[in-house]
Amino acid sequence: MALAQPALEQAVDWEVAEQQIGLWQDAWHRFRGNRLAVLGAVVIVFLILVAFLSPLLVHLGIIVSPTTQQVENIEVGPGQAGHLFGTDELGRDTLSRLMFGSRISLSVGILVQGIILPIGLAIGLAAGYFGGRIDNLLMRFTDIWYAFPDLIFVLVLVSVFGPNLLSIFGAIALVGWVGLARLVRGQVLAIKEKEYIEAARSSGSPPLKLILKHLLPNALGPIIVTVVFGIPSAIFLEAVLSFLGVGIQPPTPTWGQMVFDGYEAIYANPSSVVFPALSIGFTLLAFSFVGDGLRDALDPRMKR
Amino acid sequence: MQAAEKAPVTAVVSDPVILRVEDVYKHFPIAGFGGLAVRAVDGVTLEIRRGEALGLVGESGCGKSTLARLITALLPVTSGKIIFEGQEITKMRGARLRRMRRKMQMIFQDPFASLDPRMTVGDIIQEPLDNYGIGSGRERQRRVQELLRLVGLNPNFTNRYPHEFSGGQRQRIGIARALAVNPSFIVCDEAVSALDVSIQAQIINLLQDLQREFNLTYLFIAHDLAVVRHLSDRIAVMYLGKVVETAGRNDIYDHPQHPYTRALLSSIPVPDPEVERARAPILLKGEIPSAVNPPSGCRFHTRCPIARVPGICSEQEPLLEPHGQRDQLAACHFAGEK
Repeated sequence: MALAQPALEQAVDWEVAEQQIGLWQDAWHRFRGNRLAVLGAVVIVFLILVAFLSPLLVHLGIIVSPTTQQVENIEVGPGQAGHLFGTDELGRDTLSRLMFGSRISLSVGILVQGIILPIGLAIGLAAGYFGGRIDNLLMRFTDIWYAFPDLIFVLVLVSVFGPNLLSIFGAIALVGWVGLARLVRGQVLAIKEKEYIEAARSSGSPPLKLILKHLLPNALGPIIVTVVFGIPSAIFLEAVLSFLGVGIQPPTPTWGQMVFDGYEAIYANPSSVVFPALSIGFTLLAFSFVGDGLRDALDPRMKR
Repeated sequence: MQAAEKAPVTAVVSDPVILRVEDVYKHFPIAGFGGLAVRAVDGVTLEIRRGEALGLVGESGCGKSTLARLITALLPVTSGKIIFEGQEITKMRGARLRRMRRKMQMIFQDPFASLDPRMTVGDIIQEPLDNYGIGSGRERQRRVQELLRLVGLNPNFTNRYPHEFSGGQRQRIGIARALAVNPSFIVCDEAVSALDVSIQAQIINLLQDLQREFNLTYLFIAHDLAVVRHLSDRIAVMYLGKVVETAGRNDIYDHPQHPYTRALLSSIPVPDPEVERARAPILLKGEIPSAVNPPSGCRFHTRCPIARVPGICSEQEPLLEPHGQRDQLAACHFAGEK
């Protein structure tokens, strides 16, 4: 029996212990092994670079300004008259508008989730962990919120606060947190009953540590997926708002707005619809690959 | 081992009883059924003496695991008192409760559910040390390795995740975690039920060695008497939320007083096929009754081979009283009769 061994006075072989790898480092290893996820991440980084660099490119004269109208080149097809992706009904360069559109669309998507995440996490974790009256209170509040039709709610908020960037972000976030809060609560309820939570409690873990170190990491998978899928849906919601005339005001381009503007002329000039639609599609795909990759990467049970 | 590993000196002078459970009830209300409740633990009184291993046996659903969670303060009691080392833990909350927990650890039933899948084994075992601020970072790492070695695992496995281990190894990890803070009392909630028989024996031997080494007190919960016999000094038998018999290990096996104990004992298979064929096991009729609405009088009367129904058994609840040998208590109107 191991008990018979003498006390461990001699240098313990901590140094020769297997290389220590933290959860995040370990996750990074697994993430890198997932080709689709890496591809998605590359696409997203590329989009972010485009978003940042497009004004510079205009300044350097490499692309035309998204608001420059060339009356002689209205609705030209891709590759014609020096317009790689063609032009729209006002003679504006589609490529340039796409690049500038990514600025608004990406920030709507990402920033909105950035607002939603802390709200949804806080409410969901509190409701799920504390249960009882707190749960009841928070969840009835959530239900009431949920009962408002999203679009009408956003429309009201945007018309009250004006169609500026901030109020659009805020309004989309305010309808988005509800789903996340419910999901987080459900996850917490399921995980809370697990024996390893009891074990952590009986080894003296205070509540905050239980929540942050045990409940949250184990609930993370579905949360990440939901948040990442929320990005394209926020992009869509902004598009709908633009279509209804309360979104980002023209001539500032956004992808959604471009789809809705171009779709009246879909047969005459398909490129002005197809390219923004593809951009939205590829962005969605990239985010969902990254989301799946993150979920798997954060689960040590997945093979590297 | 360091001096800290040895049993606290106070143990010599203080009360020989480390844990007292006094008339404890735990009812789980059923939502929406006005007042109805599952009476999981329904008036249990028990004593555990310092340094002994008390075996607690009973069928699934008799309230054993609930009682374990009441004793470790993972669940609040409905009523009654639990006194651990002279302190009433049923009234403790917050920081005081956390301090008390240091002396009382639990080994869980399911080795696959009781280790956080997202933490490395080292972090899992180190967690109690972190929680109580024991030692420096480096000392904690050493302690983790020492504990791994103590439970018979390779001390270099600290960076592996629980899913990389077998059931028996995981249970050893659970034991190492329980031992990390040098508790005086350990509750083993069916700690071997989920393991293969050969592994069960290894774990039981390990638990016994550890008990000897560190002067531990065990509450060892199981659903069969064969496993408990090997490890326990005394045995308590539970039926439907109540303790029906307690006695020294040998007394319970040699002179069971309660018909339920006798039935449980007769369900243990005998390894000799001739003896096995010749003996007539006592077969209990039916299922364990609902804990929402337990039978009147003696709870066991619906399945008891010697019950007088109608009569005293269905009308009057028997008390846990001395019967048979010294230190033997049974709750039966006809204790000792066959």
